[in-house]
Amino acid sequence: MSEHDLERLLLIRHFENKLLELFEQGRLHGTTHTCLGQEYIPVALGALLKAGDHVFSNHRGHGHYLARFDDPDGLLAEIMGRSGAVCGGVGGSQHILRDRFLSTGVQGESLPVAAGVALHLKRRSPGEVALVHIGDGTWGQGVVYETLNIARLWSLPLLVVVENNKIAQSTEVSAHMAGTIADRAAAFDIGYHFCDSILPDVIRAELGPLVRKVRETPMPLIVEFDTYRVGPHSKGDDTRDRVALRRAADHDWYVRFRQAMPERFGAVDRRQRTRVAAVADAVAARPLSGGSNAF
Amino acid sequence: MRSERVVENLNRALGGLLDADPNTYLLGEDLADPYGGAFKATKGLSSRYPGQVLSTPISESAVVGVAGGLALAGNKAIVEVMFSDFVTLAFDQIVNFASKSVTMYGQWVPIRLIVRCPTGGRRGYGPTHSQSLQKHFMGVPGLSLYELSPFRDSLATFHEMIASGGPCLFFEDKVLYTSRMYLNGVVDDLFSFDHLDARGTVARVWADDGDDPDCVLICPGGLVHRAVSAARSMLIEDELTCQILVPAKLYPFDFEPVLPLLRQSRLICVVEDSTAGGTWGADLAHAIHGLLWGRLGRPVRLVHARDSVIPAAAHLERSVLVQDSTIRRAVKESLANA
Ligand SMILES: Cc1ncc(C[n+]2csc(CCOP(=O)(O)OP(=O)(O)O)c2C)c(N)n1
Repeated sequence: MSEHDLERLLLIRHFENKLLELFEQGRLHGTTHTCLGQEYIPVALGALLKAGDHVFSNHRGHGHYLARFDDPDGLLAEIMGRSGAVCGGVGGSQHILRDRFLSTGVQGESLPVAAGVALHLKRRSPGEVALVHIGDGTWGQGVVYETLNIARLWSLPLLVVVENNKIAQSTEVSAHMAGTIADRAAAFDIGYHFCDSILPDVIRAELGPLVRKVRETPMPLIVEFDTYRVGPHSKGDDTRDRVALRRAADHDWYVRFRQAMPERFGAVDRRQRTRVAAVADAVAARPLSGGSNAF
Repeated sequence: MRSERVVENLNRALGGLLDADPNTYLLGEDLADPYGGAFKATKGLSSRYPGQVLSTPISESAVVGVAGGLALAGNKAIVEVMFSDFVTLAFDQIVNFASKSVTMYGQWVPIRLIVRCPTGGRRGYGPTHSQSLQKHFMGVPGLSLYELSPFRDSLATFHEMIASGGPCLFFEDKVLYTSRMYLNGVVDDLFSFDHLDARGTVARVWADDGDDPDCVLICPGGLVHRAVSAARSMLIEDELTCQILVPAKLYPFDFEPVLPLLRQSRLICVVEDSTAGGTWGADLAHAIHGLLWGRLGRPVRLVHARDSVIPAAAHLERSVLVQDSTIRRAVKESLANA
C-alpha cells in the first residue's frame, strides 16, 4: 500500500473519530454521518478518477470529500460553522459543493443529477465520468430505477458506486431489499461488478479496466462494495446486537492494516491523529462563519 | 393577417432558444417528431435540433433530475411535464435539489432550469389531468413561477427566466394554447391592452382609460378570456369598469408596476384556477393589504376554484372551476358591500 493511501485512510479515520468526540463533548451541532469502516472505498477510487470527473456524494460523505481534497480544515470548519468553511457553513455535513464534487442529503436525489452531468460530459468532454455514491438502503428509491433506465438507454458514462454496508440507518438489508443489486443491474442490462476487497491496489486492479470502459464506450457501470459500517449511523444511534457489531469490527481495515504493518501504520496513524487534533483546535478557535452573500 | 396561436408562439420561442445556444436542452415525454409533444408545443424541434431535444421515458423525477444535472454543468435545460399534475412526481428534484442548490452551498450556483407545466382544466380530462398547482410551489427559496400569457411573446419570458439564473416553473394553460396572441394593443372591439413596464412583464387590459376603475382584476394568463368576458358583461350590463392585470411572473410578485393602478381602484380582485386554500391570490391579497392599508375601500376579493376535485363531465367541471359568471358575481358582491 502506498504511503499516500495510508495517509488518506488515516486522515479520514481520525477526522471521523474527532467528529464523534466533538459531538460527545457537545461541541458540534446538528447531525453527522461518519464513514468509519468504509474509508478505503473513496481512497481506492480516487486514483481511478481524473480531474475532470464529477463525484456525487451523499449523507455519509466526509470520506468522499477528503479522498478528493486534502482539506480537513475546510470540511471541519463547514461542519462547525467556522470561518474558512467550504460552503460558508450553509450546507454543513451533508451539503458540500466544491469544483466537481457535490453532496446532498436526500437519498437517491443525486442519481439523476449525476446522469444529467454524465450526459453533458458525454457530449462536451468525452472520456470523463460522473461517479455517484449510494448506500444499499437507497435502492428503495424509485428514482434510482428511473435513472438506471435512462443511463442505459442513453449510454451515459455514469459510475454508480454502491457501498453495501448491509444496513440502512437501523434496518438490515434483509428487511429492506428483495433480491439482489446484481440482478437489478442485469435487469437494466448494466454492467455490474462485486468487490469485496479492502485493499486499494486490488480494488484498482479490478476496477481499472471496467472504469476505462465506462469512459471509452461510454456506458454506465454499477460497482457493489461489500463493506461494513463500523460506527453508528449518525451519532450514538447504533441498535445492532453484539454479534453484528463484532462482525463489523472484524472487517475493519484499521485493525487489519495495523496488524499487517505495525510500524509503518503506527507512524502514519500518529501523524494523522496529531494533524486532525491540531486542525480541530485551530478551527474551533476561529470566529463563526459569515454564511455567504448567496442566501 | 391573423396573429399566431399561442402554441405556435411557444414553439417558435423554444426553437429560438435551441437555435441560439447549442447548450440548450429540451427534455420530456413524447416530445420528438412526428408526435411533437402532447400539445404539439415541440413539433418540428427534434427534427431541427436532434441532439438537443430528447424524448424520455415516463420518469418525471429522473427527467427533472437529469435536467438539473445539465443545468449544474452550465447548460440551459427545459423540461416539458406532459400534464402539470405530474410535476408532483418531481417535487423533490425541484424543491430540494434545483431550488436549494442555487444558495445552499454558500455560493451562488446558477441552475438554469425551466419546467414547463401544461396546466388547468376545461378540457374534460378529469381530476388528475386538470389541476392548477401553482400554489404548491410558492415560497420555495430560489424558485420562481411564471405563466404563459397571450399578451407576451414567450421568448421574452424564457429569456427572463434564464437570466434569473435560478430554476423556474412555467405554467401554460392548456386552453390558451389554441387561442391567438393579442397584438397591437387590441383585445376586441371594446377592450385594449398595453404593458405597465418596458419589459412587458405585466399586461393591462382596459375599455376606458379615463376614470378610476371600479375594479382591477389580477389574473394569470390562463384566466384572461374569462376575465375579459366578465369585464365585458359588467361594462355593458352593470355599468362597472374593470381593468385586468396579467403578470407573466406570478412569484415572487413584483408590486411596483401595479401599485399606482391598484391605488386608484375601488376593488381589487385576484382570480385564479387553483382550488380554495393557501392560494396565490391569498398571498397577493395579504401583501396588498399591507401595502395599501388605509387606502383600500374593501378587502381584496379572491376568486378561485371550489375546494373540490375537478370532475370530468363538462357540466360538473364548470361547477367547480372559475367561470366568467363567477368573476362577475364576486365583483358585484364585493362592490355592493361598502
Ligand atoms: C429520501 C430520504 N429518506 C430518508 C432519509 C433519512 N436517512 C438518511 S441516511 C438513511 C439511511 C441510508 O441508508 P443507505 O442508503 O444504506 O446508506 P448508509 O447510511 O448505510 O450509508 C436514511 C433513511 C433521507 N436522507 N432521504
